[in-house]
Amino acid sequence: MSTDRQQRLPIYSVALLSATALAYEVLLIRLFSIIQWHHYAYMIISLALLGYGASGTFLALAFKPLLRHFRGAFITNVALFGLATLGCFLAAQRIPFNPEELLYDAGQWLNLIGMYLVLSLPFFFAANAIGLALAQYRDRLARVYAADLMGAGLGSLGVVLLLFVLFPMPALQLLSAMGVVAALVALWETGLRSRAAYLLLACLAITPAIIPATWTDLAISPYKDLSQTLRVTGTRVVRQQSSPLGLISVVESSVIPLRHAPGLSLNATSEPPEQLGLFIDGNGPSAITRIPDDPAGLDYLDQLTSALPYHLGTPASVLVPGAGGGTSVLQALHLGAQHIDAVELNAQIVDLVHDTYGAFAGDIYRDARVQVITAEARGFLARDDRRYDLIQIPILDSFGASSTGLYALSEDYLYTVEALREYLRHLTPGGFLAINRWVKMPPRDTLKALATAIDALERSGLEDVAQRLVVIRGWQTSTLLVKNGTFSPEELAAVRRFCEARSFDLVYLPGMAAGEANRFNLLPAPYLFAGATQLLGPARDDFLDRYKFNLRPASDDRPYFFHFFRWSTLPEIIRLYGQGGVPLMDIGYLVLVATLVQASAASLILILLPLWVYHLQRRPDTRRVGRGRVLVYFAALGLAFLFIEIAFIQKLILFLHHPLYAVAVALTAFLLFAGLGSAWSQRFQGAGGNRRRPPGIAWPVAAVVALCALYLATLDNVFAELMQLPDVGRVLISILLIAPLAFCMGMPFPLGLAQLGQHAPELMPWAWGINGCASVISTVLATLLAMHYGFTAVVACAGLLYVLAAVSFPRARPEPNGT
Amino acid sequence: MCRHFLFCWCAGILSLIAQTASASMSESDYAAARARLVAVIESDVRETSVYLDTEELDPRVMETIATVPRHQFVPDDQRAHAYENRPLSIGHGQTISQPYIVAIMTDLLKLKPDDRVLEIGTGSGYQAAILAPLTETVFTIEIIEPLARQAQARFRRLGYANIRSRIGDGYYGWEEHGPFDAIIVTAAADHVPPPLIKQLKPGGRMVIPVGGRFLTQQLVLVSKDDDQHVTTRQILPVRFVPLTGEH
Repeated sequence: MSTDRQQRLPIYSVALLSATALAYEVLLIRLFSIIQWHHYAYMIISLALLGYGASGTFLALAFKPLLRHFRGAFITNVALFGLATLGCFLAAQRIPFNPEELLYDAGQWLNLIGMYLVLSLPFFFAANAIGLALAQYRDRLARVYAADLMGAGLGSLGVVLLLFVLFPMPALQLLSAMGVVAALVALWETGLRSRAAYLLLACLAITPAIIPATWTDLAISPYKDLSQTLRVTGTRVVRQQSSPLGLISVVESSVIPLRHAPGLSLNATSEPPEQLGLFIDGNGPSAITRIPDDPAGLDYLDQLTSALPYHLGTPASVLVPGAGGGTSVLQALHLGAQHIDAVELNAQIVDLVHDTYGAFAGDIYRDARVQVITAEARGFLARDDRRYDLIQIPILDSFGASSTGLYALSEDYLYTVEALREYLRHLTPGGFLAINRWVKMPPRDTLKALATAIDALERSGLEDVAQRLVVIRGWQTSTLLVKNGTFSPEELAAVRRFCEARSFDLVYLPGMAAGEANRFNLLPAPYLFAGATQLLGPARDDFLDRYKFNLRPASDDRPYFFHFFRWSTLPEIIRLYGQGGVPLMDIGYLVLVATLVQASAASLILILLPLWVYHLQRRPDTRRVGRGRVLVYFAALGLAFLFIEIAFIQKLILFLHHPLYAVAVALTAFLLFAGLGSAWSQRFQGAGGNRRRPPGIAWPVAAVVALCALYLATLDNVFAELMQLPDVGRVLISILLIAPLAFCMGMPFPLGLAQLGQHAPELMPWAWGINGCASVISTVLATLLAMHYGFTAVVACAGLLYVLAAVSFPRARPEPNGT
Repeated sequence: MCRHFLFCWCAGILSLIAQTASASMSESDYAAARARLVAVIESDVRETSVYLDTEELDPRVMETIATVPRHQFVPDDQRAHAYENRPLSIGHGQTISQPYIVAIMTDLLKLKPDDRVLEIGTGSGYQAAILAPLTETVFTIEIIEPLARQAQARFRRLGYANIRSRIGDGYYGWEEHGPFDAIIVTAAADHVPPPLIKQLKPGGRMVIPVGGRFLTQQLVLVSKDDDQHVTTRQILPVRFVPLTGEH
């Protein structure tokens, strides 16, 4: 091993590289969510991350020559990473990939594979550099690995902050420059004194800033909602704002008006007034509506199914979770509400309606009757005891994406049983909860929302559940009303009048006759009425079992309201491929499964390939440690680490009341403390590598398992108790809870790798690759497990995997020659 | 079980390979391909008949599908796929629907020879070309200017004299030529525009495909009865019931 005096341990370059690589990963998801769709972003980037696995394979094949030229190889890979971050994204977005054509057009599969390969390059270079550093400094690898983890931790925090300041593309340019700067740092740390190299890298570092502006335009898919709208003559984007929560585009249409009024009654005679379109990541739109001089111009708001609760009384207080561009607030004002609390997570959207377009929107967010709260809805409700006459949950997802099942992978805490119980807790006696959903064919959302409401009411110990529910629908939208009390005959009569006047159908009403269903918007059979009746009757479980889509309510532990897919229905849908059956598939779920299958197959190849080469080359080194143990140990660690991290992020979303805080706090804390754990584990390695001393794997694993069990048993209650703490307090508590767990989780990997470093160094890259592959599979598998069994099961699996890792610790076999 | 699916996928790969060769297909080749497409649609319709309330589609509709040269309505690089039963991209972020869906939508309008039809969203012009032989006049409006111009040129070139097209906003229909016996809204609709309902004659029918750009989720048939009452029928263009054991 090289021990050049001038060489420093390259911890700063590794840390900077890791920080940039993690930031890049997060940024890529942002970028692809804008130019494509979120779930395909997820698939493409998961597969691209196999660049880490491929690096293990590559290093295994070229281990000795690369280590002989460590400095050059290390610096080159860091620099290539920096350049590839920008270059590969620009190349990838030029590939005309259209996911909707995957089922028809074989050429699209080539495009998809092209995307995987191009985008895997940056991760491949990054992993090469880190893998080489770990192997080169294997006597101090715990410190190198600590730098890797801690750098990644800072990167995850940094990228969230960065995305508040910069738009995604400039952020990418900055990261690219940072990658090359990491190579400059590596040059200094490795003691390579070459002016030419310094000069070259300095020039390369400024390249991302000076490339032509036309190269850096985002190539947004022509099939996204925003692209479609911009085809219309006279439309233009008048404002764009960006944050980690999304890219907001405000669209004005000067020639042909935008008219956003989904679910408008067929009997409506009025149309919406002038509107601005609000697109998030190119999806949407929702609308910012100009208040017309004549209030009758807003009458269209009374022609939507969501207007129903305003016909059962005049609510003194209304809560709108997810207020967005303000349509539901406008509706409440127009229909007579006296006070409205508008809760919106995205501060930039609030600013747009409040300030930038305040005058256009008639200053509704400044209206004395409106209080705007920038917060996550569940968090707001958990900490507030106000009660409302009406809680109106608008439709927040776009129909196009929702109807093809694209949201299946998205966790959503607004529609869980626990969420509904929280809403009900905040209703005044006689108050209403209104949940508005798209009507899909065959019915999905409407029935699932009803099933969730029934579950929530029953868990509250109520017996007259059926008397508290009303569901109506148009051809496009449905509204479910849950009353804090039973519906009076007068109210039921008002519901009937409301529907009759607007040609909306009754789906369920206490005491409704079958003949009242399916009158205006005819389904082949009264599916929704029949479904509602079954859900409220004794045969509910049988109905849920027989229904071809998953209608079982979502919970906080399984927060996937939009997961409707059932495997048992798939063969039938495939049979109907030629007859327009494809849209029946819930694409989001299948994309997740496809990601898992592809990642597993690619991983298998990447993991087996080095073994085959070892076999061919008859490398004795690689036999000193059982390869089966190496495989199980590093795969189990890769899977388990991310299982826990992902589950924690989910738990923290509800505790910290903000998905961004949750991601930033969880990732940063996990990686930093795991880094500290790794650094601390150095002491177990011993410079001389005394094999007789136990490597100290047992207690960190025991601690991880114990903490997992403890958290599973107590975390929900602890969070509930501490929910009232201010933000800072909850963040600190989260960090305190993560710290010991992450500290222990940071130890097994470097301990195992150091063991290989001592006894079978040639297996180190293989182990590195296995861990990389397992990490990719882990994120996909965690989501899949959570959808079916919940996050509790994900954590339990992680505990078991850590035990499995402990018993598979790669110990050295006795060496016959005694070396 | 997945034989059909696999078959279609393999056919896709083969057609990709054959794409260059097919650029030189003759008119008779195209006619043969159209005949095969008609056979596919007829077989699919028989399977789905329960939902369409019909054993077979109007023979005149199938006849039109068998004669309208779909390959003339798609970009050159898509011609090889023109007679596959699948949606195709026509540029400008727009698509041409799956022929099976076009056939069903056309059939749902129950056209008579002296009907006036309004189409919102001309696109490539294929749907208007299918409607043209079945009715007196087809009025079609397209909002995207380059597409509208291409379609107009196509109508002229292919001799569709009874198609009148216009560039502009379809929301308000085409009042001076209304009311219409049938309206077909092939452009994505956020809601059914009230002016279009107004321009529908009593006894008239309006069809709206709902879904993504490439995949049609459902067809919404809006009917106005003689008393001006408006109802919708939501039609799944596929034989599928949501509960197991239902027929």
